[in-house]
Amino acid sequence: MSSQNGIQEVEEFDSKGYLDMELLRFTTAGSVDDGKSTLIGRLLYDSKSIFEDQMEAIEESSKRRGEEKVNLALLTDGLKAEREQGITIDVAYRYFATPRRKFIIADTPGHIQYTRNMVTGASTANLAIILVDARNGIVEQTHRHTFIASLLQIPHVVVCINKMDLVDYKEEVYERIVDQFTDFSAKLDTKDVRFIPISALNGDNVVDRSPNMPWFDGPTLLYTLEHVHIGSDYNHIDARFPVQTVVRPQSDEFHDFRGYAGRIAGGIWKKGDRVVHLPSGFATKVASIVDINGEIEEAFAPMSVTLTLEDDIDISRGDMIVRENNMPEEGQDIELMVCWMSETPIQIGGKYSVQHTTRETRCVVKDVRYKVDINNLHKLEDQKSLGLNDIGRISIRTTNRLFYDNYRRNRFTGSLIIIDEATNNTVGAGMII
Amino acid sequence: MVSYNLSHIRELESESIFVMREVAAKFQKPALLFSGGKDSIIMVHLARKAFWPARIPFPLVHVDTGHNFPETIEYRDWLVGDTKAELIIGLVQDSIDRGTAIEEKGQNASRNALQTVTLLETLEKYKFDAAMGGARRDEEKARAKERFFSHRDEFGQWDPKNQRPELWNLFNARHQFGEHFRVFPISNWTEMDVWQYILLENIPIPSLYFAHQREVLERDGMLLAKTPYITVRETEKVYTDTVRFRTIGDATCTGAIESSASTLEDIIQEVASTRITERGGRADDKRSETSMEDRKKQGYF
Repeated sequence: MSSQNGIQEVEEFDSKGYLDMELLRFTTAGSVDDGKSTLIGRLLYDSKSIFEDQMEAIEESSKRRGEEKVNLALLTDGLKAEREQGITIDVAYRYFATPRRKFIIADTPGHIQYTRNMVTGASTANLAIILVDARNGIVEQTHRHTFIASLLQIPHVVVCINKMDLVDYKEEVYERIVDQFTDFSAKLDTKDVRFIPISALNGDNVVDRSPNMPWFDGPTLLYTLEHVHIGSDYNHIDARFPVQTVVRPQSDEFHDFRGYAGRIAGGIWKKGDRVVHLPSGFATKVASIVDINGEIEEAFAPMSVTLTLEDDIDISRGDMIVRENNMPEEGQDIELMVCWMSETPIQIGGKYSVQHTTRETRCVVKDVRYKVDINNLHKLEDQKSLGLNDIGRISIRTTNRLFYDNYRRNRFTGSLIIIDEATNNTVGAGMII
Repeated sequence: MVSYNLSHIRELESESIFVMREVAAKFQKPALLFSGGKDSIIMVHLARKAFWPARIPFPLVHVDTGHNFPETIEYRDWLVGDTKAELIIGLVQDSIDRGTAIEEKGQNASRNALQTVTLLETLEKYKFDAAMGGARRDEEKARAKERFFSHRDEFGQWDPKNQRPELWNLFNARHQFGEHFRVFPISNWTEMDVWQYILLENIPIPSLYFAHQREVLERDGMLLAKTPYITVRETEKVYTDTVRFRTIGDATCTGAIESSASTLEDIIQEVASTRITERGGRADDKRSETSMEDRKKQGYF
């Protein structure tokens, strides 16, 4: 290893291998003192994603604040107010990579008043890390985070039982918490749950196996993040193509070219597929799937492509192309779970703007069916109001028909956002039932 | 069974193309900010792919401090010819002449901060309602919390505490008259991803990124290129070294690094093993711990 001008040589970096890496997006929710920042700091540090100048900057800040140890939380708290108050108030995105995968962390605060931030971070995640303090076991916050992971249909959940060092690395403590968690999550819709006993502070089972817990024979956290199977996280069954924009070059070379650009929301697409255009209901065939390098043989979610069709149909943004014999739901009366994100409560009878796939329309809120107490998951059917950070079930009627799937079946075609028409703010995140 | 799984680079590419198409569909008059740096170069490449075989449906806007490396301008003009894109240039010198921007004094004087004034003036002059930039969240801590669609008030300012939540791939672009958006299609890319993509797609880049011989001097722990725009102090020694640039910005504040990386593979190897962030070579970020956040609030991109 030579070192010159801050640059060190590492052996055997395979640039071709890097191109075959997969992308895993995960979310961490947690509040002050539960060790979340330490855990992220350790993942970044042990995967060598913290640079020297960042390290120097936080060492200096820690010193200036009179702290004895280097405070790794300063790495993850980006905004001035957050550094001053020592709290995390927004979603921050972090990046690191190992030779197998590239990771995007959506780092969110864990308190109930930041539910909307957690929901935001969870909306794009493949995996959720839920931190449990081994000394306290399952608490209200654990319920909340697990409920959000299940509501947002994060495909994989890893429960990290942290601070094992403070309970003498005892297997009984770990087993008791696993049982407690399994009991309460039985009511929830979480598909893939794993448990790992760790100490983020000391690094036990984070990157390296812990010599302190020989009784645990499962993989470490990093190994899990690197190997969890994410190939089935997108829907590859129901062909859905929301049209984003129509491509018409009107050039000499591509005089008659008419393509429909969009990001595939589901299914496997091939040339020759029999498809139907919605809302018109006209049937045709896929003539080609193209990009700048020519024709693509097979396309699937979440690829951005351009389709051409065999017949000339009047198609515009907001329309959807689907496979014949596999139609989405359609209608104007929609039932959904919603997380309310505005200080102004939801208005029954109120009119809002709605964005669903690439379609924009308006809606009226017909009813609040119930509110969920997100600490114990009880349905509160007498509560007809949803305020900031509340989650509940509502029904809306839209001015135009929507073509949609159940959110559990497809996150792209089952999600929508509700926008206040006066302020233009996003006030609700909806998951269609 | 066939695996239907995209590599991470293709997934990032697909996300960025999706964002650019949303911008083109949702705004009356969008623009793409072009600096000549590698990030804006891949942005142009992505825009070309997003709308192919049609031309890029928005102009490239270059905010020109006048303190450029000649290689940057040469590259820019070649690219504009190659893509047949429209180019709009906002000159910082014009803002100075109008008196809306005041040139910094002193030996560390830089026009970097003045770019904000010219940028906002250019957006206003051409009535752009969305400006796409090549900023990435991994670059700097304030950027880690930036949205893809970043709402700006009528003064072009960013209010980090009052950002719209951004869920799934549903971007809310609604705005009042006079307000506009900054959009960052490559938010989720890292420096490494950008280099890998340049290699994968065989994208031409300015020669400044490769190792070359250049007259440099050391200042505040950085290697600065000797250009007509900086004043060499008596204590500073100008010497010739083999260097390259990791970022390309205003010539007065972009640091070079000693390097012999002369191919893309060499650069990737170097980036993989480097232990200093790329913005570590930017004097503009070193002014204070929160200098990026402060500049962004004022309308820096």
